[in-house]
Amino acid sequence: MIQEAVAAADTWDAAVVRILKANKVSLVTYVPDKVLAPLIRRLHADEYFTVINPAREEEAVGIVSGAYLAGVRGIVLMQTSGFATLPNVLASLALPFQIPLLMMVSERGTLGDHQLGQAIVCSTLRPILEALRIEHFAIERREDLEFVADRMIQQAFATQAPAAMILSPLLTNRAGAPA
Amino acid sequence: MQDTLFRTLGRASAAVMNRAALTRHLTAKLADEAVVGGIGNTHFDLWAAGQRAHNFYMLGSMGLAIPIALGVAIAQPKRRVIALEGDGSLLMQLGALGTVASVRPANLAIFVWDNGAYQITGSQATLTASTVDLVAMARGAGIARSTWAEDETHFDALVGEALTGSGPMFVGARTDNAPPAGVTERDPSRIRIRFMDAIKT
Ligand SMILES: Cc1ncc(C[n+]2csc(CCOP(=O)(O)OP(=O)(O)O)c2C)c(N)n1
Repeated sequence: MIQEAVAAADTWDAAVVRILKANKVSLVTYVPDKVLAPLIRRLHADEYFTVINPAREEEAVGIVSGAYLAGVRGIVLMQTSGFATLPNVLASLALPFQIPLLMMVSERGTLGDHQLGQAIVCSTLRPILEALRIEHFAIERREDLEFVADRMIQQAFATQAPAAMILSPLLTNRAGAPA
Repeated sequence: MQDTLFRTLGRASAAVMNRAALTRHLTAKLADEAVVGGIGNTHFDLWAAGQRAHNFYMLGSMGLAIPIALGVAIAQPKRRVIALEGDGSLLMQLGALGTVASVRPANLAIFVWDNGAYQITGSQATLTASTVDLVAMARGAGIARSTWAEDETHFDALVGEALTGSGPMFVGARTDNAPPAGVTERDPSRIRIRFMDAIKT
């Protein structure tokens, strides 16, 4: 179990690294996002993780799915626009084959974004997750991160179902993290 | 050996062969290798060649045979992994070639059946029927060990290399438009569980 006292002291990105390790999630695939940059830096610097950055989020899902079939746990990191490219592969690979695909989505296009397109893409995030009945939760407060992420990862593997952890700007940007 | 195996011929000089026959040639040489069969008639012929438990049949997610096989190869570096994909499917996810080249899995071989068509949806032409040479693209993406299979003898030698050589390789095989030799059973859970049990370490 993760100790709350230690947890509260570090940044969200350091905490994510710790939570992934605690759940033996060692493969990370991503298409970059500026908010995720500090997390991506940490993952690349940590030998525990195999980190791959393919050209598209669909590829990232394929790689993590294949690794799961072969016994390795992975996660896909992306921003909202990346998630919007995924409904077909979620509906035709992860869901029917019951693959516990972990996704961490940096929520862009809300709470002060300056791009209309980004905001419109953001408005598709929850309707897609709900249409596909994929477990999702937006993490807004640092003190909720361990509990929510840890539980969502465990549930994904226990129920053989994909899960989307949404990182709200309230979590990643409130203390002046890069916009 | 390698020099003569990976040849510089272009698509136009490669013999047109039969996908079902080539698939049988390939699977006949396999033991515990994992095979991922892409959407289209690719996985139909993989199924028809014998229902190996080590086969994963993709029922959707067009273009993802190579990424899925790459994931298996990364997770199990000691197991040989083969991706079978159609030209139309690969055209949808060309970036995957660059990903394979940069990850450089020693145990991954890619075979692409290039019939110049989206055969399963009515044989509409793909881009390879006009200008695109997928082997040149694989080479350009950084998979140095890329080649067209010149004929069946060459194809068989390339299968041998896929089972013994080191480093990612890419084989383009031109195929005719004969119908597939069978139809894959469509129960995703069964396919996944059988595959996972077969390759469990
Ligand atoms: C994203 C997406 N677009 C279109 C389709 C419809 N579709 C299914 S298989 C296929 C053709 C596959 O072509 P290819 O990989 O060349 O295989 P072949 O049919 O020639 O065996 C198409 C267009 C789909 N399943 N998914």
